Amino acid sequence: MRLLERREVSSAELHAAYLDAIGERDDELHCYLRTCEEPSGGGIPIALKDVISTKGIETTAGSRILEGYTPVFDATVAARVKRAGLSILGKTNTDEFAMGSSTENSAWGPSRNPWDPSRVPGGSGGGTAAAVSAGLAPWGLGSDTGGSIKQPSALCGNVGLRPTYGTVSRYGVVAFASSLDQIGPVAKTVRDVALLYSIVAGRDPLDSTTAELREAVALPEGGSLAGVRLAVPKQVGDLDAIEPGVRAAFEAALDTARELGAEVGECDLPLSYRYGMPCYYLVAPAEASSNLARYDGVRYGRRVDGATYGEMVDRTRDEGFGPEPKRRIMLGTYALAAGYYDAFYGQAQKVRTLLIREHRDALEGVDAIVTPTSPTVAFPIGDKAADPLAMYACDLLTIPSCLAGLPGLSIPCGLSDGLPVGLQLIGSQFGENGLFRVGHALEGALGFDTVPECLR
Amino acid sequence: MARLARLALTDEEVERLTEELRAIVDAVSVVGELDLADVPPTSHPLDLVNVWDEDEPRESLPLEDVFANAPERDGDHFRVPPVGT
Repeated sequence: MRLLERREVSSAELHAAYLDAIGERDDELHCYLRTCEEPSGGGIPIALKDVISTKGIETTAGSRILEGYTPVFDATVAARVKRAGLSILGKTNTDEFAMGSSTENSAWGPSRNPWDPSRVPGGSGGGTAAAVSAGLAPWGLGSDTGGSIKQPSALCGNVGLRPTYGTVSRYGVVAFASSLDQIGPVAKTVRDVALLYSIVAGRDPLDSTTAELREAVALPEGGSLAGVRLAVPKQVGDLDAIEPGVRAAFEAALDTARELGAEVGECDLPLSYRYGMPCYYLVAPAEASSNLARYDGVRYGRRVDGATYGEMVDRTRDEGFGPEPKRRIMLGTYALAAGYYDAFYGQAQKVRTLLIREHRDALEGVDAIVTPTSPTVAFPIGDKAADPLAMYACDLLTIPSCLAGLPGLSIPCGLSDGLPVGLQLIGSQFGENGLFRVGHALEGALGFDTVPECLR
Repeated sequence: MARLARLALTDEEVERLTEELRAIVDAVSVVGELDLADVPPTSHPLDLVNVWDEDEPRESLPLEDVFANAPERDGDHFRVPPVGT
């Protein structure tokens, strides 16, 4: 950015330099589904997850059913980054309809983790996270339903923010689960994440679920955590799913927070880690089954012919959707069906109320709840692909606060076996500035090198 | 269920999905352990009140844009196979 301001480099040169880097490395990493040859603005380049509609640029959400779909309008977030002068580099890979934790569910093949290309970059926003990590984009936008920004940021050693539900417009973003979906930034530093958030956040008349920010975004400064109170859920100590190496890096980061003056205490989230995931896998598929009903081969996207209208719709959907969307559509249809609704979807909505309450209590007098972002580091491609429940467990630690509508910031906090470990900071609704402050101070003291060791 | 979800699944898919969904439904069924008779459901995590906008006519997308991605167009209509009986 400094070079741009001093006019030592032009936006067009920067855009071209990133395209060169993509040309060199992306055959291997597969971060991008497509790139834009011409810069769309005079500022810094940016990567957009392929669930964000971009006028004139094919947008598939990682699905065959949207193959060839070229939006005729921009999503509000795409319009806002363009208005800020940012230049769209391309559209990044994602699990199909953002359903997954590894990008292995993308109809176009998985992305790879720049720290170890035999491993996943996380998901669903693995394309954006891997691109930022490998230097194939300075920053990008992702979407997060149950961890799709935070978890890949953790696995790729980046900073990622899932903002408070409702602070960023979802207009023009391919919908997965509407009461959970959020758009958010991924970058190499907390300050860059805060800056990009300030560009996209705020009420949008085109999305009636958006809310105005309670205070302007403040770019974080300073390195002290004096007077800051952090709380670790006591249940985190008992979760066997958390790898020892992740735990060690997390504990070391807590020590660093104490050295900076933070008070690190405990909080209690007794329901979150037992009921969060089951609740999520009822609410999200139910909403997905409804949202994905629009793909019927009539108005846009792919069509598979049939003798009758009904046959055409059923065939289009069977051939267009991959295995994970089908699983979730079936699960959601079941959870919403008459006779099952009360026991499944209705019950899950009530559990959600309890999770909101217990997070509110846990955040009483506390600046942020801290946990590891992901229970594991990046896992080998193929490891969990055949076991949906093992894949779902990747989001054990990110899901509860998503259900509660709370903002979460993941920052890299160390390495385990040479792979990045993420630390998750969860704040109160509209508490992004506080998370930026804490994240920025910790980031400075931890001194994590975000460039993968093999690229240094 | 597949009929409700409008998916023409193959026999093989039905078999695989049945097995996978059984395991997933077992896992999510733990929400049934809780007695939630007095708990209100949450459909939206923010306490938003309804926002009324002025009812002002706005320009819609031009028809050429509306049909730009249509698999089949017939004049100002989307064309589909016969609805049948």
